[in-house]
Amino acid sequence: MSSPAVLADGLVKSYGSVRALAGVDLEVAQGSLLGVLGPNGAGKTTAVRILSTLLRPDGGRAMVAGHDVVAEPDAVRATIGLTGQYAAVDENLTGRENLELVGRLLHMGRAASRARADELLADFNLTDAGRRPARTYSGGMRRRLDLAASLVARPAVLFLDEPTTGLDPASRIALWEVVEQLRNDGTTILLTTQYLDEADRLADRIAVIDGGRVIAEGTSTELKDRLGEDVVDIRVADPSRTAEITGLLADLAAAAPRAEESSGRISLPVHHGAGLLAEVVRRIDGAGAEVAELSLHRPSLDDVFLALTGRTAEAVPAATTVPTRRRFGRRQATPEAAA
Amino acid sequence: MSASVIARPRAAVPLRRTPAWIITDSVTIAWRNMLAVVRNPQLLVIDTITPVMFVLLFAFVFGGAINTPGVDYVTFLMPGIFVQTVVFGGTNTAVGMAEDLQKGVIDRFRSLPMAPSAVLIGRTFADLLRNVYVVLVMTVVGLLIGFRPTGTPAGFVLALALVSLFGYAISWLSANIGLRAKTAAAAQGAIFIPIFPLTFASSAFVPVETMPGWLRPIAEANPVTVVVNASRGLFLGTADAGTVLAAFAWIVGIVAVFAPLAVRTYRRRS
Repeated sequence: MSSPAVLADGLVKSYGSVRALAGVDLEVAQGSLLGVLGPNGAGKTTAVRILSTLLRPDGGRAMVAGHDVVAEPDAVRATIGLTGQYAAVDENLTGRENLELVGRLLHMGRAASRARADELLADFNLTDAGRRPARTYSGGMRRRLDLAASLVARPAVLFLDEPTTGLDPASRIALWEVVEQLRNDGTTILLTTQYLDEADRLADRIAVIDGGRVIAEGTSTELKDRLGEDVVDIRVADPSRTAEITGLLADLAAAAPRAEESSGRISLPVHHGAGLLAEVVRRIDGAGAEVAELSLHRPSLDDVFLALTGRTAEAVPAATTVPTRRRFGRRQATPEAAA
Repeated sequence: MSASVIARPRAAVPLRRTPAWIITDSVTIAWRNMLAVVRNPQLLVIDTITPVMFVLLFAFVFGGAINTPGVDYVTFLMPGIFVQTVVFGGTNTAVGMAEDLQKGVIDRFRSLPMAPSAVLIGRTFADLLRNVYVVLVMTVVGLLIGFRPTGTPAGFVLALALVSLFGYAISWLSANIGLRAKTAAAAQGAIFIPIFPLTFASSAFVPVETMPGWLRPIAEANPVTVVVNASRGLFLGTADAGTVLAAFAWIVGIVAVFAPLAVRTYRRRS
């Protein structure tokens, strides 16, 4: 087996008294995509900055494409592409000039830089906007331009630091498609995210990071087995029948159901929840009871943290500032559907 | 999105850094910074109006009140206004660097296999060109309202070069502050802390002899005073070689200290 494209071994980094990384180990196999999942402040960005030579670690070692990030930063820089958390585009330059600037700083020559810029603009559906200053671009267009800028040299290893944070759902899916294609074309990618569904969709393997440490690592399936399965949330119209209904559904549950008599809420951990919804409704109906609410959700980042650390990922602003985003695509059943 | 993003062979990116990169990368960065000025016509308009405003305000507001023996105030004032304006122009470097840092543009540059010093050399060079433009605008306005240099044409050109280069030196001081500031607004505020006393406790607007005794030696040692006196001498044809050399020595000295310091700060990965 070939050596990993990215290897981090015991990375430590402190800012003053704040310990950002407390010994991070990461490994990304050639041509694969590692999702680094964690809440704000977990150390994701610090790790990416060390791997992309922007920061020097206090301890530990990191190799990218066989080069040590501290000893051979130029060799690493010639191999990587970096898309940071904030679109690093020059607002005064046009989209084309932004890409040409990167090409020229990569010493590709002016003509080759322009040709590559035009090629990337076409690839990212920015040809028409290519002659406008980037300050006129929408958030999604900026992110696409930023990603294009990190691809000018056709990097073998790509770092994407929260590439979809702050994007609307349509732009987010468009970006996912680009990332998928890059991975399919053989680029090694390390992507950080706060969103479990993003890691789930894109990553070959996921590293869950918290408090500057990797607290779990594995494929999406492996992690899910550790984190619990789909959860069916039910609220029965008559709370006094909660216990009875819970009993009726007990054999469908993958683990012990949780029932709350006062509100009539039942949480039912299940395998393949979507397939069971009809059965759940049929049984409750058959008992002559009424469903007030029915929903299915996948384990969220909060659930991941609850399972791994026994506490919620409290510092996740996405949960409070973009609630619609967290629900996006997850609410598969509503009371209307059950009625 | 088509399939060409990665599928084609890798672009030819030279791996080994050569000294020539400092020059080519600096030219590229300067090109990028000049485009920013061209794309913001408002900046050019402000660059044009501000010095004109200063020339007119100082000439007509203070002109009657400040007694400058042996020479009329506009002719006395112009070298001071030149120096003050290029020094203020040099503060653009701090704001520009801080903005690039804040927006992540510097992160992109740092992740590229380019010459690190080029980001600073290109930026300060672009700011020098901007200052040269401003100096030329002010020359025209000054001549229109009574600036009457009596020295040689060569002295006149040398004086303009001297003040422009002094602005360049201030750009390097300014770059250090921009690289350490957390925001562009903080950079803007911080750079004026050294710049205001430097500019006003000098011979730029009033003869040093009119200042209180304790301030006089400070004002006389102030590099702004040295540069103003040297350019004033060159404009009027009364310059002595010692003052002119001292002025150039200050420029070389400021760049020699602050340029390596700025490059070191830029390269530091912490």
